[in-house]
Amino acid sequence: MNGIIVIGVGNPFRRDDGLGPAVITRLRARDLPGATLATSLGETGDLIDLWDGAELALVVDAIRSSPAHPGRVHRLTVGQLSGERARAASSHGMDLGEAVELARELGRLPVRLVLYAVEAGDVGFGLDLTPAVERAVAHLADEITTVVWATQRTRRAQVA
Amino acid sequence: MTHRADRCLHVAALARVEGEGAMRVCVEDGRVAGVQLEIYEPPRFFEALLRGRGHTEAPDITARICGICPVAYQMSACRAIENACGVTVPAGIAALRRLLYCGEWISSHALHIYLLHAPDFLGYDGVVDLARHEKSTVERGLSLKKAGNAIMELIGGRAIHPVNVRVGGFYRTPDRGELASLAETLRRALDDALSTVEWVAGFSFPDFTHDHELLALVEPGRYAIDSGTPTTDRGLAFPVTAFEEHIVEEHLAHSTALHARLAGRGRYLTGPTARYTLNRRRLSPLARQAAAAVGLGKDCRNPFRSIVVRAVETVYAVEEALRLIADYQPPAAPAVPVPAPGRAVTGYGATEAPRGVLFHRYALAPDGAITTARIIPPTSQNQASIEDDLGRFVAGRLDLDDHRLTHECEQAIRNYDPCISCATHFLDLTRVDLTVERTRHRRPA
Repeated sequence: MNGIIVIGVGNPFRRDDGLGPAVITRLRARDLPGATLATSLGETGDLIDLWDGAELALVVDAIRSSPAHPGRVHRLTVGQLSGERARAASSHGMDLGEAVELARELGRLPVRLVLYAVEAGDVGFGLDLTPAVERAVAHLADEITTVVWATQRTRRAQVA
Repeated sequence: MTHRADRCLHVAALARVEGEGAMRVCVEDGRVAGVQLEIYEPPRFFEALLRGRGHTEAPDITARICGICPVAYQMSACRAIENACGVTVPAGIAALRRLLYCGEWISSHALHIYLLHAPDFLGYDGVVDLARHEKSTVERGLSLKKAGNAIMELIGGRAIHPVNVRVGGFYRTPDRGELASLAETLRRALDDALSTVEWVAGFSFPDFTHDHELLALVEPGRYAIDSGTPTTDRGLAFPVTAFEEHIVEEHLAHSTALHARLAGRGRYLTGPTARYTLNRRRLSPLARQAAAAVGLGKDCRNPFRSIVVRAVETVYAVEEALRLIADYQPPAAPAVPVPAPGRAVTGYGATEAPRGVLFHRYALAPDGAITTARIIPPTSQNQASIEDDLGRFVAGRLDLDDHRLTHECEQAIRNYDPCISCATHFLDLTRVDLTVERTRHRRPA
């Protein structure tokens, strides 16, 4: 297995849609040995290529919801994903649920896949995150750091 | 349900279209009263964002407009900025750019053929359904796409938003050894590309043709990708610098996008079928042979057959990439200098994005700061023709129920591989992708 990958999905030019890449930017400034950090626009084939063979894939993405609670984080595992059929509303066949289903059909899912879906406030054109989402990004970067370290410790314990 | 005199189909979010969009088809008294394809997000934000930025920043910023064709935006931007500054890049750098562009064509065409368009022809709900029944076919598509990505990663630095491209050339150029390993991947991809042509040519295609004027770049001796002269199948040709004299844009009430027309002539179509019709004789022998073997003639005026043209162009792009690798001589320097112009200047650039001609214009201040930017993407050029086709397509299918008609309209729209918003991505936790509204169409009193 190829370890851990963290994928930040989204477009930094669409305000809160850029929260995934913003988490990756924060993680790049930290010491996360054994974890690959990647950004993606969420295209199905690219996601599958990124997480294929990973022991753990952590995917951060923006969601629209109604009514919206900007910054609220939903943590979903693969099993839940298939049930709820999380779906991209737009663009490029970028459908995380579809990427998961396709990877499942092709036997190219990671061993464990966790999605952190963050409710977006403003997804208009622009470069800044809204304050609530900015706080969620800081919180998520901390949580993912903890998860990565804990996974590494477990692996070391198993090897020992 | 069927044979109603008035009805209105509204597809709120088009599934499996390159972007976010909506389509509205209204039927009144048994006749198609109007077709509107709503386009939400033209690149005006980026044109505004570019103002005041340095001339060297244009390729990086415009690469963000589209996640599927970042190289197209970079290449049109580089050509326009270099044109403004009076710089022509050496042949070695131009060849590497063409190789990078081949990577994007392979990746984008494979994505569209396998993940978005083919399921329509085979009666599957989507690529997941296709994979369930034809796993090895989808694996072949993903493998082909990955070969395109491998080119973009080696030459462009990254597959999405390539970071190695700069005005004047590249930050780093590969050595021959790196390209040799890429050639291995591409030789396998060539077999996949040829199989793809055979596969898609076996689909059934609705009997439907159009009479739009076709516009593509044309270049002596080779299939135009990264440069060429805008040319139509009815004998019009003009330099890229005169693009805006010949292509006029109009605002329509139902869309934030501008609709393009050929001045004094009307609607037109750009993209793979236009390229094929104007450049077929400039395809490589193998690609030409593949096209002939599956019955593509001297032109292609059935938009449903665009999937076959994309497959043929993929064969060409893989073969052309292999030729460029075989001929590769590392350039003396990865880039040539493109200093600030020292006076106010304007530059123009056009290249063939996977979905059609992409035009850029930049005006620069003496210090190189961008004072105005203009971007005309292929989808806004095609919009009038797509709507015209949809109107005629629906008119011949009014006996279908709404669900079936909506599905067929979606398939028809996917023929053009439209890049509608091209830069946004969200998840909705509830599935609301297809809404068919049936409403009585109220007539004016």
